[in-house]
Amino acid sequence: MIRAHSLLRHREGLAAWSMVAPALLVTMVFAVYPVLDSLWLSLHHIFVGIPQLGSPFVGLDNYVALFHDPVARQALVVTLAFVLLSTLLELACGLIIALVIHERFRGRGLVRAAILIPWAIPTVVASQLWRYIFNDQYGFANLLLFGDRVTDYVPWLAYPGVAFAVVVLTDVWKTSSFAALLILAGLQVIPHDLYDAARVDGARMWQRFWHITLPLLKPALLLALLFRTMDAFRVFDLVFVMTQGGPGDATQTLQFYGYQTLFTEGRIGYGSAISVAVFLMILALSLTYLRAMGSNLLERRRP
Amino acid sequence: MTRRILLAGGILATVGLSLLPFLWFVLTSFKSQTEIEAAPPPWWPSGSLGFYRTALFDHHLFDYALNSVVVAGATTLLALLFAIPAAYALARLTIPGKQGILAVLLCVSMFPQMAIAGPIWRLLDSLGGLNHRWGVVLPYVALTLPLAIWILASFFKELPPELEDAARVDGCGTWGTLFRITLPLATPGIFTAAILILIYAWNEFFFALLILTQPEQQTLPVGIALFQGEFTMPWGELAAASVVATLPLIGVVLLCQRWIVSGLSAGAVKG
Repeated sequence: MIRAHSLLRHREGLAAWSMVAPALLVTMVFAVYPVLDSLWLSLHHIFVGIPQLGSPFVGLDNYVALFHDPVARQALVVTLAFVLLSTLLELACGLIIALVIHERFRGRGLVRAAILIPWAIPTVVASQLWRYIFNDQYGFANLLLFGDRVTDYVPWLAYPGVAFAVVVLTDVWKTSSFAALLILAGLQVIPHDLYDAARVDGARMWQRFWHITLPLLKPALLLALLFRTMDAFRVFDLVFVMTQGGPGDATQTLQFYGYQTLFTEGRIGYGSAISVAVFLMILALSLTYLRAMGSNLLERRRP
Repeated sequence: MTRRILLAGGILATVGLSLLPFLWFVLTSFKSQTEIEAAPPPWWPSGSLGFYRTALFDHHLFDYALNSVVVAGATTLLALLFAIPAAYALARLTIPGKQGILAVLLCVSMFPQMAIAGPIWRLLDSLGGLNHRWGVVLPYVALTLPLAIWILASFFKELPPELEDAARVDGCGTWGTLFRITLPLATPGIFTAAILILIYAWNEFFFALLILTQPEQQTLPVGIALFQGEFTMPWGELAAASVVATLPLIGVVLLCQRWIVSGLSAGAVKG
């Protein structure tokens, strides 16, 4: 009896593995192996176009160089500023959108669809769109602000600070609705009787929001923060299309610096070191968040 | 009362800010070159289709659109094919090493594209996949699998296990149970996962930029990002191409809003 049972379990284990194996294989070949390869490459000096140098193993030299690289340091500052500003703004806008689409009103489905459109638009299209809006000659921003006073038209993207702000604005426009959906999921699980009880006790709308909604939304807000931070850290499309890192180095993020080092300059070892460093930062941040959320995300049940 | 005013203002602001910027691009795509270059440019177009014509015939827009359809379609089918059995096994069966598999998937969903870009380029170079559409499909499948598996597993878990148990007792094998009992019940989940994979593959830019260097193979995002005129930036054609790239997505969002909302929150709550 016990043997028959363990045989059954053995067969189920085999079937289970045959079901997971194809997915796992693709993941291993096209995601896990490449990361390990990047790690390995980052320990070498490799220059595309100078094959006679070979690819000598240099240990952690690339990481030491990265640590002392002023361009990388500046890119880190830009990246952190972008992550901080865009995630905080997206969380704030997402919260407002979520509160709106959580209410019951006629045509709510259409409003939700409208809000999802920026999220669905390809990032490349959103980038070109906002680049056009802030274009110095044909842009909507100038038309709106100055009308036909053409001589007043401002070349927005030529100013470092403004260019950075426009990139942040585009990201906020594009992804606030994603944050809103995560927050909405949190709103939907707040029990309604809490609000009724507060109302009976005479709590005003603002007090109900501050003392019930916000504290109970904390897990959803943290989750949105985690997802948005991870995405903001690896921002690439926006920078590539809108500014190419410029003007100067005002919008040069670590990802874009890594891209240029790898694919424009062909410094494979150093570029890999940059990529691995970004990956490690994201990993460290995520683990910190997960710990802050105080639960094992892997095993959490859907509410 | 204040609540209703706040709500009306909120609806107006969010819908307006969501739609108006793109509307400007839509208007631009129907203008003529003289209208675009006028100072100041007119708000309303005269309704010319000229930019759509030149974008289609002089800027490879037809190639881009076709490639996007092929790449997004193939990615969605393949990713579902791999994700469905994997999600079922992880949701329902006792599988040795489950925590490890979940950890690998979670880790993959955190990878910055850059950390795998160089090696993937080398891998495809040796496999002969550079400048082929299947060369972008394979990494897309790998990168969409974690989300697809998560969404599907959360749907499978919510199905009552009694039906599957009954099928087992009647002698149905594991694969048979999945295909005959579970799959038909999980159609909404599969639909949700399919939409999210489709949108990802349709919009992805970075790998497509690296792997596809000829206009004949490039997808819409690459074409739109690299849009160049001979002397000036062809904003009109660019706007037309952007409308073409976005229209299918707007259709999907309007038709499938409900599934997208549930899918994103399910995937997210699961991690």
